[in-house]
Amino acid sequence: MIKRLAEFAEELRAAGLPVSMVEVLDAAEATRHADLRTADRLRVALAATMIKSDRHREAFDRIFDVYFVLDGSGTGPAGDEAASDLAAAVADTLHRDDRDRLLELIREAVERFGRLGAGSHGGDNFYAYRVIRRLDPEEIRKMLLEAASATGDRFDAQIARSRVERLIRVLRKEVRREILRRVADTRGREAAMRSVDVSLIEDLDLQHATRAEIDAIQRAVGPLARKLATRLSQRRRHGRRGRLDVRRTIRRSLGYGGVLIDPRFRSPRVAKPQIVLLCDTSGSMATFSRFTMQLAHAIASELASVRSFVFVEGIDEVTGLFSPRNNFADSVARIATEADVVRADGHSDYGRSFDEFVERYLEAVTPRTTVIVTGDARSNYRAPSDEAFRSIAERARAVFWLNPEPERFWNTGDSIVSAYAPWCDRVDEVRSLRQLKRFIERAALPGPGERGSHRMGRPA
Amino acid sequence: MDVFENPDAVAAALGAAGYLTDHEIAQVVFLADRLDKPILTEGPAGVGKTALALAIAEATGRRLVRLQCYEGLDESKALYEWNYHKQLLRLQSDEGKDWDDLEAGIFTESFLLSRPLVEAIRSEEPVVLLIDEVDRVEVETEALLLEVLDTFQVTIPELGTIEASTQPIVVLTSNNTRELSEALKRRCLYLHIDYPTVEREKEILRTRIPDLDESTAHRIAEVVATIRDAGLRKPPSVGESLDWARALIALGLDVDAGSTVGTLNVLLKHQSDIDAVAAGFTPVDDR
Repeated sequence: MIKRLAEFAEELRAAGLPVSMVEVLDAAEATRHADLRTADRLRVALAATMIKSDRHREAFDRIFDVYFVLDGSGTGPAGDEAASDLAAAVADTLHRDDRDRLLELIREAVERFGRLGAGSHGGDNFYAYRVIRRLDPEEIRKMLLEAASATGDRFDAQIARSRVERLIRVLRKEVRREILRRVADTRGREAAMRSVDVSLIEDLDLQHATRAEIDAIQRAVGPLARKLATRLSQRRRHGRRGRLDVRRTIRRSLGYGGVLIDPRFRSPRVAKPQIVLLCDTSGSMATFSRFTMQLAHAIASELASVRSFVFVEGIDEVTGLFSPRNNFADSVARIATEADVVRADGHSDYGRSFDEFVERYLEAVTPRTTVIVTGDARSNYRAPSDEAFRSIAERARAVFWLNPEPERFWNTGDSIVSAYAPWCDRVDEVRSLRQLKRFIERAALPGPGERGSHRMGRPA
Repeated sequence: MDVFENPDAVAAALGAAGYLTDHEIAQVVFLADRLDKPILTEGPAGVGKTALALAIAEATGRRLVRLQCYEGLDESKALYEWNYHKQLLRLQSDEGKDWDDLEAGIFTESFLLSRPLVEAIRSEEPVVLLIDEVDRVEVETEALLLEVLDTFQVTIPELGTIEASTQPIVVLTSNNTRELSEALKRRCLYLHIDYPTVEREKEILRTRIPDLDESTAHRIAEVVATIRDAGLRKPPSVGESLDWARALIALGLDVDAGSTVGTLNVLLKHQSDIDAVAAGFTPVDDR
């Protein structure tokens, strides 16, 4: 069992899940106590000991399914229902919430529609595709939704629809699991492992994420924004100490018979950070800018003094749209329609955007302001106007630039990162949550005395 | 220590204490008991993470020692503090004595003020230790907890190491506002508690509010689940759905569009959320 567990842990690590040696030992210990006759009990025991974050649970479950749930795929009696009857039967069991019967039906469907020759190399995804098409969750969903909408008034219909969506989620998951199991059965564990999609949201490419992935990413952004907000309000730990704290000094002196030997100081008042966010929302940044706007929205709900701007060809302030009172989806929709960022042809123009910023909004930047720019710095060969950017940077306390492009593409083609980089405290490649996290951990503010002095481009 | 026979016994005991488990919660609690490890529960606010600790305390008949975490928590609030006043009095009353006697005299357990962690460890009776909202303390402060969680002991420089005479059951809760340190996570069993399924929420409603009939409970659970699916800023917690059920009973209302929209402020605490849900539930020609 230990050996099996070690292999399993190896597989988890290969998928990027951090599993330490101690945790494997704990898992081994847990299996001694758990009732292992059911796969579910084993799953819970291993998950509790080896997986320490909800974000990793889905990947864990998939790998677990391949690794431990190979046996007992009872080949049900081959029914002679036609495909549509099967869908109807599935819809019916879903409706009655009969999980056992549902599993049976799915198993049957996989058996019947997904039969694959041992030698065929059509790819497991195709296999899955065939089954899912026959057992079309979309079709079943439509069927159930129709029934749902017919019931009662709008209120009841909405509740019924929500129930259908929940059921369909279960169905999709079960179908995927069953298919995986069949693949593992017929092709062996390794083939199944290869076909498992275990990518973690931390490593997803933000520019090419799907809708569902973006939703998952968005849930993870909240805590990160909060962290960034606290990071930016932190002073350097070894900064100046504050005024003498009389009460605590006297309190301490009691330990020394009333001698004021250990003076205590108030910690200096933490300055409220001000943030100015400049987001490129041009077409080349479509997916990424959705993410940066999510970040902006999350930061805005953490800090009161955030001003957000979006730019393409020109720049426009969208602070009001990001107020915590607004729903995020509404904000994005309104930015798309209301923000005034197109001047002539709607292609990115960083130079003009910065010029306009200096002209109209420069008062937003003060010595307490941190400026965060997100964009690929692809300005369609237009003038960079680095002077304007420099005057923004010189007024600000710190300037950070997040670039979603891989670093090796910077300064190629129409990318002009190097025109702005000298005035930034950091320019980071941020194309995944992991990189965003790293940026936040490293984004330290310069102390009051050293503001800007370390920026490379500053003339002596 | 073996408090519970098997996971089913956990479920039964917690159920008797008014806490409805699912198989995952029951099994993790059982494992924590067998492996002598703390449980780290994470999940959205108001799904019953703290209630789990309270229920374990009630089910096992143990005293609950609670450490509420907050930003700025330090060892004098979490672990122990020396009782300066008492030490000072002792020094004054002992004037003229030898230095060694004095020093040995004032750093003894009788001059120690126990804070929750030390209290849990020094307790003669086994206790349940709840470390609530551990994500609120800074990463550095987390380190204070490690020795306790690891070996159930505390080292006090003047006194030496105090070991737990009885094994406490430790529950940590986190609302996931930040990532906890690996060191902390490694020492715990992880339990993610999410919003309950409709079935489970119905059972929770029925357990906590006995005069709620089954069909109403089911309907309330479904409405709440629908609202949770709507992508709100703060989806309703289990506590809020309980409040809502009580409110509906008190007002003598049925669960329909009108009564739901009228009482949404019990379930939701943000005006934008209330507006969004109300708009979705009201028939178009009524608006």
